Amino acid sequence: MSIEDIRVLTAQLAADPSSLAFLPLAEALRRRGQLEAAEKIAIAGLTRYPDLADAHDLLARVLGDRGDLERAFDEWDIALRLDDRHAGAHKGIGFLYYVAGDLPRALKHLESALAIAPEAEGVAAAIDRVREGLAGMEGSSDVPAAAGEAPGTPAVAGSTAPSSGDGAGSLFSGLEGAEDGLLLIDGQGLRLGGGLNGPDGAPVGDAVAAHLAGAFRDATRAARLLSLGDWRSVGAETAEANFFLCAPTEDALLLLVRDSSVPIARLAKHAERASEAARRWLAGAA
Amino acid sequence: MNVDLAGALELITRVVGVRGAMVVSADEGLVVAESSMDGIEGAAVAALTAGVVSRLTRATAAAGRSAPAFVHLQAEGGSLLAVPAAEDLLVVAVTDPDVNVGLVRLELRRMAEQLA
Repeated sequence: MSIEDIRVLTAQLAADPSSLAFLPLAEALRRRGQLEAAEKIAIAGLTRYPDLADAHDLLARVLGDRGDLERAFDEWDIALRLDDRHAGAHKGIGFLYYVAGDLPRALKHLESALAIAPEAEGVAAAIDRVREGLAGMEGSSDVPAAAGEAPGTPAVAGSTAPSSGDGAGSLFSGLEGAEDGLLLIDGQGLRLGGGLNGPDGAPVGDAVAAHLAGAFRDATRAARLLSLGDWRSVGAETAEANFFLCAPTEDALLLLVRDSSVPIARLAKHAERASEAARRWLAGAA
Repeated sequence: MNVDLAGALELITRVVGVRGAMVVSADEGLVVAESSMDGIEGAAVAALTAGVVSRLTRATAAAGRSAPAFVHLQAEGGSLLAVPAAEDLLVVAVTDPDVNVGLVRLELRRMAEQLA
């Protein structure tokens, strides 16, 4: 696509922000290596079309090119939940499983991609490579580490935050945001673990915990009085960051904070893992 | 402000799974306008929503971030969704659990933009 084409698409999108022109525009920018611009346009499109599998697939490809494979996986995963016959998402996830060394799952997704879109570029060759790898493993004890695990995000190198080591963040060791972006709060508004920094890098965890002290009570009261049953989570989107609040136990709150480019739905998935860690930690501390 | 509130709220309640929608005064927690709040006390929705949004706004400010542009309280029997609008107003929807949250959010934002 030429620069003139990109200009036309940009103008089209500016004139009508609800246009689907963001799809070819972001893809063109991605192909030109303008990944930051491509990501911004893809995210802006997703805010208008959160249920469009093609948009999640597009963002995943941009993220993959940027090396953010964990987020790319999540976007392809969402695309497949919206459309389980999305060839691009099968191809992308198959690639990530291949990179992670989970060849059986890589083969499954790549074969799905080929069955749905036989003309898909490079898929047949990728399947051949995976099959060769699997054949090489036969009779060997070198089974990929992920092959026997439950379905989930492949353990892609570099996708997991480093261990936070000693200190409050160790509660969430190994989880993304262990020391900045995950907070465990007790019923009195005191920080039990994790950490959160402000935009200037200063710690704000204690202040945020104090303000959220009554959030459990508020959410419980609101949900029950509105006949909605027990509350499960509260999500809040701001211009700079997304917040996700849930209760891993009856008397503790878990807060996740991420950059606004991370959708709330993805925070909910992160919260499941962090809640597990919090429950284990609270059980051990009891 | 010259907006047909009833008509705008109706666009929100047309989304399948939306039990009701309303415009709330964020400061006082009072109902400004409402549409088909099926089996729900509008005054309670207004007060509770304003309280939840207010607390979250204080928390996001303490974190050095701006006020929430969208709030989603999810419960086992449904959701409470709120989008701040101009003049200290909140556009609110109460929904069933299986509603298309993305679509409701779009409608809430559309109305909030009209109120701006």
